Amino acid sequence: MAISNDPVETFRIEARELFEQLETTLLDIEADPANKDLIDTAFRALHTIKGSGAMFGFDAASAFTHHVENAFDLVRKGQLPVTKELVEVALLAKDHMRILIDDPEAAPPGRSEAILSQLAAVTGVGPVAVVRSGGGERPEPPSSRSTYRIHFRLVRNALSMGANPLLLLKEMREMGDFTVVTITDALPHLEEMDPCGCYLAWDCVLSTDHPRSAIDEVFMFVIDDMELTIEEIQPDPKLLGEILVEHHAIGPDKVEQAVDRQPRLGALLVEEGLVSHDKVVAALAEQKHLKGEAEKSKKSETADIRVQAERLDDLMDQVGELVIAQARLRQLANAGNDTHLKSLVEEIERLSSELRDTTMGIRMVPIGSLFSRFRRLVRDLSKELGKDVQLTTSGEETELDKTVIERLHDPLVHLIRNSLDHGVGSPAEREGSGKPRQGTVHLSATHSGAQVLIRIKDDGRGIDPVKVRAKAEETGLIQPGADLTATEIFQLILQPGFSTAAKVTSVSGRGVGMDVVKRSIDALRGTIDINSVLGEGSEITLRLPLTLAIIDGLLVRVGEGRYVIPLSAVEECVELTPEDDLRATGRDFLNIRDEVVPFLRLKSLFHLTTPPEPYQKVVIVAAGDMRVGLVVDQIIGDYQTVIKSLSKIHSAVQTFSGATILGDGTVALILDIPRLIDLSHASDSQKKAS
Amino acid sequence: MGSVHAISRPVEILTLGLSGEAFALEAGIVSEILDLVPVTAVPNAPDHAPGLINVRGKVVPLVDLRVFLGMARNDDTIDTRIIVVETVLDGEPTIIGLLADKVYEVTEIDMQAIETTPKVGMTWPTEFIRGIGHRNGGDFLIVLDMDAIFASAQ
Repeated sequence: MAISNDPVETFRIEARELFEQLETTLLDIEADPANKDLIDTAFRALHTIKGSGAMFGFDAASAFTHHVENAFDLVRKGQLPVTKELVEVALLAKDHMRILIDDPEAAPPGRSEAILSQLAAVTGVGPVAVVRSGGGERPEPPSSRSTYRIHFRLVRNALSMGANPLLLLKEMREMGDFTVVTITDALPHLEEMDPCGCYLAWDCVLSTDHPRSAIDEVFMFVIDDMELTIEEIQPDPKLLGEILVEHHAIGPDKVEQAVDRQPRLGALLVEEGLVSHDKVVAALAEQKHLKGEAEKSKKSETADIRVQAERLDDLMDQVGELVIAQARLRQLANAGNDTHLKSLVEEIERLSSELRDTTMGIRMVPIGSLFSRFRRLVRDLSKELGKDVQLTTSGEETELDKTVIERLHDPLVHLIRNSLDHGVGSPAEREGSGKPRQGTVHLSATHSGAQVLIRIKDDGRGIDPVKVRAKAEETGLIQPGADLTATEIFQLILQPGFSTAAKVTSVSGRGVGMDVVKRSIDALRGTIDINSVLGEGSEITLRLPLTLAIIDGLLVRVGEGRYVIPLSAVEECVELTPEDDLRATGRDFLNIRDEVVPFLRLKSLFHLTTPPEPYQKVVIVAAGDMRVGLVVDQIIGDYQTVIKSLSKIHSAVQTFSGATILGDGTVALILDIPRLIDLSHASDSQKKAS
Repeated sequence: MGSVHAISRPVEILTLGLSGEAFALEAGIVSEILDLVPVTAVPNAPDHAPGLINVRGKVVPLVDLRVFLGMARNDDTIDTRIIVVETVLDGEPTIIGLLADKVYEVTEIDMQAIETTPKVGMTWPTEFIRGIGHRNGGDFLIVLDMDAIFASAQ
């Protein structure tokens, strides 16, 4: 289905998917060169790129792809072995095709020729000119003559998408004896007709020497969504009724009934003379109807629909508004004594929470699509660095909000690059330390409550806490001799300007990277845990919320203001005893089950002047391994809320990650827990140092 | 916006009162004018944008123009209004609420009649002021340069 009015843009989107599929397939072929299915998949992808590329005017891309397709045709026929070199050049070619289609102007001149001569060296076949184009071109052993019945109907907007039914018919006509009947039953009234729409269908009979696959290829580029049936028939002369039955136009019993009614029909025929023709057309219409019914039930099993991402965003916004309105309604209903209203409100609450879940479900995408993009990265990078690294993945089916997945790409690239560059050593070095020559980077995703954990684990050298500490002291990030746990030391590598790589490589070590990763993960309201055992490897865990749009929050009051704390960060709530309150002057620490937890007084942090209240509460929140208590005046309760980002005007205010609208229509701020924890630890180490 | 072709024909302006003085801004950027609504204070926010308001389900920053003009803040009165404007900040379309002590009217002003701001004798920072015009009667009307104000508000 079209998602954009610009067919070229639609094609680009589809091509992008094809390229991703092609890349995955090529990498699979490299691992499993004997798999014929994979080669067929690659071939089909190339064929489609070539064909539809030409259809949308990307002639350079199409001509270029043709050569690569030829090479895979040879492989398919067993005339060319799959080699590492072939996969290599095919991957390069794929990248180049993508440039040719995304932005042909940006393609470096001479690149096509360079890749093609590389390809020719691998295949042993000189570049050949494009002789034929379109489908039905592959020479296959001639088969005996057979007759096919072909029925096809293009999608309504096929013409604006660049399809030309006349060309399809012409192509079939050239294949043998061809009879075609145009079905006009779907033509609407003139006033309802879209002049660019394609309302026609065609019933064809083709007797040809070409194999069935040749007919399939005619429809290769338009096959999506179209109605197409191809069946072989025996070229025996048939009665009209039999053909109609075979067309599934009418059941045999119906034909019999019609035959029974024939005297009356005959009478009509005598009267009007034209009825027999209409009857056939009606029969055909009925056929389509019956078939449509049958197909509908068949399609419902796997039907997919492509939707513009903005529409989903709009839907999410509207559901968000609904959640807010529903909260207001609940507040109103609870203020009165109308039990009918209350039960109705409960029902609406249930419906809106279901609607919210469904809408969020639509936005959920399995993370596997993201993981698969890193296979190429690891492959190319390990080559560049002279290392032997394999990427293994697990939990590909774990679902995350589409926006989160998109914004995870860059941070994950950074982390994987780091693992390959700093973590995994060269094969020789690894052998020296008693490890297998091949290093492993494992990428995994798992659900954990309302969060998703993404882990990047390698079996490399690990991070040396001594080096990290030395570096941090040298750059002034920490005071010399500061008392830090291993976890705290590892967190230092997330600081801006920190890089332990002795030399700057093209891959990493510019001192930018980890802090950028941290910022992107912060922006996703996620956290980063780092674990490492020197000599054994490191593990970086990203904790991310399932969605960006809605959170479950804890509504609290500080002074006169109400604030939302993301519930996923809340560990427990305790009372601030007067003793703790008084004792804690200068050193704000709580003893929670023999663990020392620092706490922040939100009132003083927010510079509020209201007097302290008698029964203050402490909400213990955690991000990663860090815990901090937040002192509030009152805990109001849990609250499901829609996150609205703050404008640029408030970008300097760091303690809030966003705002939300409460049931009474006022705005409440959402606390940024990772920032608050950073803040508390920063003031903490200052105190320790002084 | 303060360019040459704007000068040739009259433009629509919204006139408002801040601490007893009459100011004007282009009516084109104004989307609506609201009575005062509950304001949520943002702790540690800059003085010129002390809070947030709810405008039709959207969280909108409330900007106090008086801070830019170096004027004292008055208490809210029955005449206090919020002027909701749409602008682009850093490439992002943004809705902003402006606090006004009073909103008078939408009127036309001939940009040609606007005198450039004298460098001396001005109480207000000249960088935020496009010029000085006259109200129908003869009172002074200070035309604000909203682009400059928003640019420094970030």
